[in-house]
Amino acid sequence: MSANPASDLDLYPVAEKAPERVQTPTGKPLSALTLEAVLAGEIGAEDIAITPEALMLQAKIARAAGRETLAANFERAADLVGVPQELILDTYELLRPGRAGNAQQLLDRAALLRRDYGATRVAALIEEAAAVYARRGLFVKRF
Amino acid sequence: MTDAPETASPPTGAPQSSNRWRRFAEWDARPLRHDLFAAENPEAGFSVFHSPYDPAPSLSIEGGRVTVMDGKAAADFDILDAFIAAHHIDPAMAEVAMAMDPGEIARKLVDINVPRPELEALARGLTPARLAEVVGRLSALEIAFAYSKMRQRQTPGNQAHVTNAKDDPLQLAADAAVAVALGFDEIETTMRVASNSWANALACTVGAAVGRGGVLFQCSIEEAEELQIGLAGLSSYAETVSVYGTERAFIDGDDTPWSKALLTAAYASRGIKARCTSGAAAELLMGFHEQRSLLYLEARCLCLQRAMGVQGTQNGGIDGAPLTASMAGGVRELMAENLIAVWLGLECASGNDCRTSESEIRVGAKITPYLLAGSDLICSGFGSIKKYDNSFNPSLFNGEEIEDYLLLQRDFQTDGGLTPVEEDQVLGLRVRAVEALAAVMEELGLGSVPRARMMSVVFASGSEETVSYTPGEVTPISAAIKARGLTAIDVVRALGKRGYTEEAENLLLMLRQRISGDYLQTSALVRDGRVMSAINDPNDYRGPGTGYRMPEKRWEAVQGIRNVLTRERVLAAENVVAGAGGAEVDWLVAAGPAAKGVNPHEVVIGVSPGFARQLHQTTAGHALADVVAALVDGIAAGGGTARLVRMMHTADTSFLGLAAARLSGSGFGIGIQAKGTTVLHQADRMPHMNLELFSNAPLTGLDHYRALGRNAARHTFGEAPEPVMVPTHGEALGARFHVRVALLYAIETGLIEPTVHPIELAYRPDMRAPEAAQ
Repeated sequence: MSANPASDLDLYPVAEKAPERVQTPTGKPLSALTLEAVLAGEIGAEDIAITPEALMLQAKIARAAGRETLAANFERAADLVGVPQELILDTYELLRPGRAGNAQQLLDRAALLRRDYGATRVAALIEEAAAVYARRGLFVKRF
Repeated sequence: MTDAPETASPPTGAPQSSNRWRRFAEWDARPLRHDLFAAENPEAGFSVFHSPYDPAPSLSIEGGRVTVMDGKAAADFDILDAFIAAHHIDPAMAEVAMAMDPGEIARKLVDINVPRPELEALARGLTPARLAEVVGRLSALEIAFAYSKMRQRQTPGNQAHVTNAKDDPLQLAADAAVAVALGFDEIETTMRVASNSWANALACTVGAAVGRGGVLFQCSIEEAEELQIGLAGLSSYAETVSVYGTERAFIDGDDTPWSKALLTAAYASRGIKARCTSGAAAELLMGFHEQRSLLYLEARCLCLQRAMGVQGTQNGGIDGAPLTASMAGGVRELMAENLIAVWLGLECASGNDCRTSESEIRVGAKITPYLLAGSDLICSGFGSIKKYDNSFNPSLFNGEEIEDYLLLQRDFQTDGGLTPVEEDQVLGLRVRAVEALAAVMEELGLGSVPRARMMSVVFASGSEETVSYTPGEVTPISAAIKARGLTAIDVVRALGKRGYTEEAENLLLMLRQRISGDYLQTSALVRDGRVMSAINDPNDYRGPGTGYRMPEKRWEAVQGIRNVLTRERVLAAENVVAGAGGAEVDWLVAAGPAAKGVNPHEVVIGVSPGFARQLHQTTAGHALADVVAALVDGIAAGGGTARLVRMMHTADTSFLGLAAARLSGSGFGIGIQAKGTTVLHQADRMPHMNLELFSNAPLTGLDHYRALGRNAARHTFGEAPEPVMVPTHGEALGARFHVRVALLYAIETGLIEPTVHPIELAYRPDMRAPEAAQ
């Protein structure tokens, strides 16, 4: 639990109660996302994404609401913000039954995500999968 | 009503051809008989709440780790057990919760004095088998009640399917705008042709921005594509993350709890709201049910979803709902699994999508508990388009039945998430939506849209009526959107440039919400530009006066269905002259107090106070002048003499008839109200022991009145003629007429003067105004 759950719940909805706590990936405040700015070409697709900071803030709020597993999911999501789409999809593919030939392939992917992207929580999830897949014989190739 | 085949009802007197009560043949012809019903068979996977192969609930924890769960040792855990034990079970809570008597927990679920958070905390310490056991102790009514207490967001919502059989972007835009106007909080689309996904997403995004805007939108397709569409800002939620209740079904579905958990986090990392999907009988359809009960497998699915950290679930049979509903207690089971979902703290998009029956009665009954209890999203989704245009499959409710649903809200004074729409409003929105999409397509260089196509879509109820895009024409447009990397920002810019400022702002508002991540929280939706979720709109039901109550403004909106009759509208339509000032007509004129007649073949027709003064036609639409003419003709044809008298002391049919009979020289009289209800009476009878009665005025024709007049005359000759029968075919006359009848009859009763003597009337058919003739 957070040290001060009441204050964390008071931050929600962030867009209304604490807009200064979040910004676009390019560092713009919410108030910068106006139609005028879009028409002037000042806002691009890169601006309409969530940041790890926003996800960690939502994780705090979820935890304050007693939703521990949801908070953990938001924290894993924060890990993945900086991971390229292709690598996420490839990791998803690798976690599907029979894609990895052995546990080591999963462990290597976990290590890569931890080393290159600091994705410690996602790495832990993959390592947990590797152990269970081995015990349940999920490294069998599927045709 | 379905007509029975001819063989079911041979003509009267025909020889009986089969040894069977013909009612069964009629039943065979009803839509219900298309439904299939399955017998219980646990070995084959057909068991609903409990199978002899279900494990007994159990849990052992050593050193903070689960060592045994539901009879299985950790070393034997399959992929679901392992994930649930590691991420769902809260060891500290488990000690308390698993030691508790299941009956006591069941009582807590329906006890208004036990708050929702306390039960949610308990659920974190319960195993799948125990959760299933507890809800299995509740009746259908108790499940619905517990659901109303345990569901997450206080304000109910609903989700729409918006698809069409041609993947026509113009129709998608128009139908999305209508869905938003109807009040749906989420819109889900999918394609007939997978490669049309980007065009579908663009069209629905633009359409959903028309009108109030602020709707969450999903394009249901393969995960990689769906993530990319979401990343481009062209969708805002996902619910294709399916999970299954057995290891082999999971693997057959080509996933594991870990692959799905990664996907769930991936959606959140792109600012996309996600929910998982699971529902009874999926494992049965996939052939890997392990002989377990539907509810136990579903309890595993739901524990797994909480364990994965997804905010919510699409749950309640879903594609397996028809199979589940085929089993005894199946519909109760669908409610029970929804209850487990909300008990675990998950948002619940509660199924009610795949149509579970061809019987409209079963369909209406299926939705009712959800309308009464409320739900985060009552349907996941409601087919806002016509059945044949639904690319998922026909829903429980569809475009054809929207008004029936609106009426159920009004009947029960309950909020099903929808709002009635008006004809002009809808037409305006449809025009605006297709024009906005055409402008965006032109601005983005995706082709110019012929005006004829747009107009054909605006007025079309479904794609069979449109002359617009074909699936093959859409594919290159979809490919171009994807290849050029167009995003929602490009759409905002295009809308803004072409002067669709409101739509541009609506879409931008949804994109701005993505930065804060507010709608990633449990049960979030966006209304009036604001996020509402279980965090800032938590369900606090604690008994009468708490929980969700429709605000007065919302209740007014719910009542705004078409064709509500007011007194003014009825009186105008009935050509009524209200008040006591109703003028006499020239063909029926007062001629002093009525005396008792002496002619032994006289039949007195006693008319009501407002007859041909304030009121001039029966509920069947016959002019009263024609009705009187028919009665008088009939009496003459039977050899009698008619005399007309107006009663002022009563408007009741029986007493009109009795008073007429007592004034009649023959002792026989006819009483008739202005609305057409008629009685044939005799002077010495009890008031309600009449000779003949036309109680169903809306079905009574001039020939019936004529025949009744003739019968009355024959009675004066001591005959006992065959009574006149007005055939009824089971019409719901009360539903069809009573609003009008009550308002009209009130006019009659308002004119009663208890002390006024009956008035002789001069009947002058030649004085009838020509325009009154029919």
